[in-house]
Amino acid sequence: MSISSEIDLVTPVGPESPELGDEFGSASKSQGRQALERFVRSPMAMIATVIFVGIVGFCYIYPLFYRWNYAFADQRTCAESAKPGVCGHPFGTDASGLDLFAQMMRGMQRDFVIMIVSTLVTLTIGILIGAVAGYFSSLTDNLLMRFVDLMLSVPVLVILIVYGNRHPDMGAFQLAVVFGLFGWMGLARLVRAQFLALKEREFVEAAHAMGAGNLRIIMRHMIPNSLGTILVFGTIFAALSIVTETSLTYLGVGVHFPDTSLGLLISNGVDAASTRWWLFYLPGILIVIVVLVVNLIGEGIRNAFDPRHNRVRD
Amino acid sequence: MHMRKNAGEPGAQGRPDLAKHATAPGGVDVVEFETDQPRPARSTDVLLKVENLEVAFGSLKAVRGVSYEVRRGETLGIVGESGSGKSVSSMAVMGLLPKTAKITGSVTFQGDELLGRNDKVMSAVRGKKIAMIFQDPMTSLDPVYKIGAQITETLKVHSPGLSRQGARDRALELLKIVGIPNAENRMNDYPHEFSGGMRQRVVIAIAMANNPDVIIADEPTTALDVTVQATVLEAMKAAQVETGAALILITHDLGVIAGVAERVLVMYAGRAVEVGSVDDVFYRPRMPYTVGLLNSLPRLDVHEKTRLTPITGTPPSLQHLPAGCPFSPRCPLYEPHCSTAEPELVEVDGHDKHWAACFRTDQLVGQDRYEAGEIFQTGSEDSELPGEVIGDDLHDTPRADLERDAAQTQSTGLPGQGPKETPR
Amino acid sequence: MSSVTMEKSGKVPPGEVEPILRVTNLEKYFPIRSRILKRVIGNVKAVDGISFDVSPGEILGLVGESGCGKSTSGRAILNLQPATAGSVLFEGKELVGMARGRMRPIRKDIQLVFQDPYASLDPRMQVSRIIAEPLVIHKVHEGDSLRARVRELMELVGLNPEHAMRYPHEFSGGQRQRIGIARALALNPKMLVLDEPVSALDVSIQAGVINLLDDLRDRLGLSYVFIAHDLSVVRHISDRIAVMYLGRIVEIASTEELFARPAHPYTQALLSAIPLPDPRRERTRKRILLEGDLPSPANVPSGCRFRTRCPKFANELNEQQQQRCITEDPVSDVRDIGHPVACHFAEVQAVL
Repeated sequence: MSISSEIDLVTPVGPESPELGDEFGSASKSQGRQALERFVRSPMAMIATVIFVGIVGFCYIYPLFYRWNYAFADQRTCAESAKPGVCGHPFGTDASGLDLFAQMMRGMQRDFVIMIVSTLVTLTIGILIGAVAGYFSSLTDNLLMRFVDLMLSVPVLVILIVYGNRHPDMGAFQLAVVFGLFGWMGLARLVRAQFLALKEREFVEAAHAMGAGNLRIIMRHMIPNSLGTILVFGTIFAALSIVTETSLTYLGVGVHFPDTSLGLLISNGVDAASTRWWLFYLPGILIVIVVLVVNLIGEGIRNAFDPRHNRVRD
Repeated sequence: MHMRKNAGEPGAQGRPDLAKHATAPGGVDVVEFETDQPRPARSTDVLLKVENLEVAFGSLKAVRGVSYEVRRGETLGIVGESGSGKSVSSMAVMGLLPKTAKITGSVTFQGDELLGRNDKVMSAVRGKKIAMIFQDPMTSLDPVYKIGAQITETLKVHSPGLSRQGARDRALELLKIVGIPNAENRMNDYPHEFSGGMRQRVVIAIAMANNPDVIIADEPTTALDVTVQATVLEAMKAAQVETGAALILITHDLGVIAGVAERVLVMYAGRAVEVGSVDDVFYRPRMPYTVGLLNSLPRLDVHEKTRLTPITGTPPSLQHLPAGCPFSPRCPLYEPHCSTAEPELVEVDGHDKHWAACFRTDQLVGQDRYEAGEIFQTGSEDSELPGEVIGDDLHDTPRADLERDAAQTQSTGLPGQGPKETPR
Repeated sequence: MSSVTMEKSGKVPPGEVEPILRVTNLEKYFPIRSRILKRVIGNVKAVDGISFDVSPGEILGLVGESGCGKSTSGRAILNLQPATAGSVLFEGKELVGMARGRMRPIRKDIQLVFQDPYASLDPRMQVSRIIAEPLVIHKVHEGDSLRARVRELMELVGLNPEHAMRYPHEFSGGQRQRIGIARALALNPKMLVLDEPVSALDVSIQAGVINLLDDLRDRLGLSYVFIAHDLSVVRHISDRIAVMYLGRIVEIASTEELFARPAHPYTQALLSAIPLPDPRRERTRKRILLEGDLPSPANVPSGCRFRTRCPKFANELNEQQQQRCITEDPVSDVRDIGHPVACHFAEVQAVL
């Protein structure tokens, strides 16, 4: 406790010292820039980012050159449930002769859309509600937080299943929006807590003393200072959205044939796991890698914004 | 770099080897410190001796060669600003630094080396022989135990034979010594039920519980108000009289040092830059940093307002120390020679109880602190500004305002407030 | 209740100078609510009726120990924390109860400087934007003239304008405090409320910031309310000093008068406790030590609020006199001391 504080005390240096800035003649580094630099310097986070970008980029670009379309059923007899590498299908085919590799790439594309859309929807609602609740009077705060409690008591999975059954033609985009609409409560609480803390900070009081308006204080001071928290939540939610998509699709809601998603591939492959292992394990491994990588990126962002976080404490 | 060279020099002149002088015939005696206040009787045996202590955290050298010693009943003040290494050095003495810290040098307690001893040995020394008081009493008190229990616990750890009642009586006695009113009832209170000042007194009571030989107090009153500080310092003096311990008081407050300590060690950038009796250091400072420190305080002894003389610049980063004397970039007495090597502590004013690490200390001989302070008034004030600047986009701003500004400065005739970097 | 007669001193010539700030019986209570029903069951009387004037160009020091309500007073004056009762007249305009929108133009004239230069600057903003913020909010300057003004302000407080594009963490504590001062000065205010502006700084850095504040007052004709706990700093900078204890001003006098002839037992204890960097004087000084703890501002003692710790009450007064302290709240009055003191048995005693 006091030991580490003293060490901090004698370390006015690090990459943030004024002397250092002079020495390198660097003009200025915002905390955001610094966070970015820390992120880039963290090998784990960088490897994860490269893998993620690589996978997504590959899944969008390579299908343009690949010989099999994800919806094309290869009618040749050798292509029925072909093992990986057989009959020109590198990852094999399923019972109807659809190329697994093409399907996985298409599935990844759909999952990427789901990730992005649901995360954006969640971030928008969560920040808005959290900010309003955290910044304004206790009455507004109380009302909004009770609403959050109410939303949290709603079993999201059931809602999604019911909604999915009512709208059997629901595509990836719609699924993402619905998932996003029910996923923002955690973020709203986080942002509210962050705002409550920031409200007590002197620089916010200073802005009040200058005569700054509420909107200015929220947009210029409070949200930029909550950015770390928001980004970390975003990545965790993105990873969660893939897992949720998989679960939902397994339960028969979500993406349907002829379109496909990683979740659909897995749910189709489950029955075949013992006989045609590739149909289950290959998409499964891809999901695990993607979720892991996204979580690692989130961890990297968290450490980048709060470098003390990974320090050993006593 | 410079430090290493110095440390490796065999028989370096003027090494701050105070131990040598202590054991010398006719050695250090309290009477020679011009203190007319009665002090507790003391023997001449050295309790704690620190020699050439160095502490590094990776490439960061927090302490770069500190030596001192304390005798029974004596009070040594260690003063320095944040980042001077004053707290780290005492943590190192207590063996409280994390394993990542690389500690070299020697720390002996009554002749036994403490550095490099295992945790078990150190635990026996801590509390029993050397006690420590921290700045924040909340961190040293366990919030879930009553304070009576915490004191008796400390007593029993080091004297297992003590009876329950005996421990309780002793705890009560200790609380009374440090001036806790209504001590019988307060034994049953939890730390959070005490005010900051009272809590610090409890910590002092715990520190003196086992009659330690040395008490190290690290900024014990920094978090407290002045009236509370006065009472806590009284409690500390009482504890010292009671135990006859040597007291090492670490603080940034020169006023506290002046009131409590007999000898002072001034630290800057991880080194001792001036050592001597309080009277020598406070009235006849011989190191420009000490001079600057003393003159940056408002004077309470004169009625007319005198302008404060700040030290220009900021303390150096310990990872990028300037060449030679670490104070040289801020020093008004700087000359090129100061950048060639780091000055050692040398005897000043012709007696062996006052030491200063400065090549140009001769310039200060015969001056009192205010006369010496005049060296700082010649330098440009308010120049915390880093030196040369190269123009950037802000240069093409209209200059009329600035010139009017400058003209205004001249007409008011006030020194040291005009823009220093007005582009011409 | 307490009528405080003002004593002009220091730089302000005696005469009929209209005060720029007149605080009368200012109160700031924080209600204590019951757990469940949220009924008000008591009040933390952080500021309990303080009155003082500040003349144009004057520096009033507000000193006291933690929990005496000095920082709350500063915020209540600025209407950052709405006062419970009383009046704050700034240039004749009543600030207590003023709506936020109407307060905005007044904020140009009266600004706050914060204690902690690390917390009061938004870490994510460049210094130029921090200093420009009040100018942008009040739409005073734009474009080139905004940049010129920022540059001018940075030079004014002794910062290098070339560093305008840097972020707060790239500056040292003293430099950051200068940034905070530049921001406060951006709108050409007439008055600054400074809340412990140097207590977070190292000694050698403090001196530079104090000198700067001193110069700015002389140069720009500012008035300050200088809130601090460090009496030596307050003595150095202030023309007059008000000593606060538990939400009240117990003594107010010109700086010289207060240090030479303190009359309230609390002031005497406070002055005697200042550690002097002067070993010989420290050895011969007698300290007045206070017993016990500061009472809770939620449960203020009856009569004189200082009596629970007052050395005079405990050692010098007879029972009858003590009874008076217990039952009667002393009003701040000049008595035969020469300056207002809130003590029934005020008596000058030099302690420094």
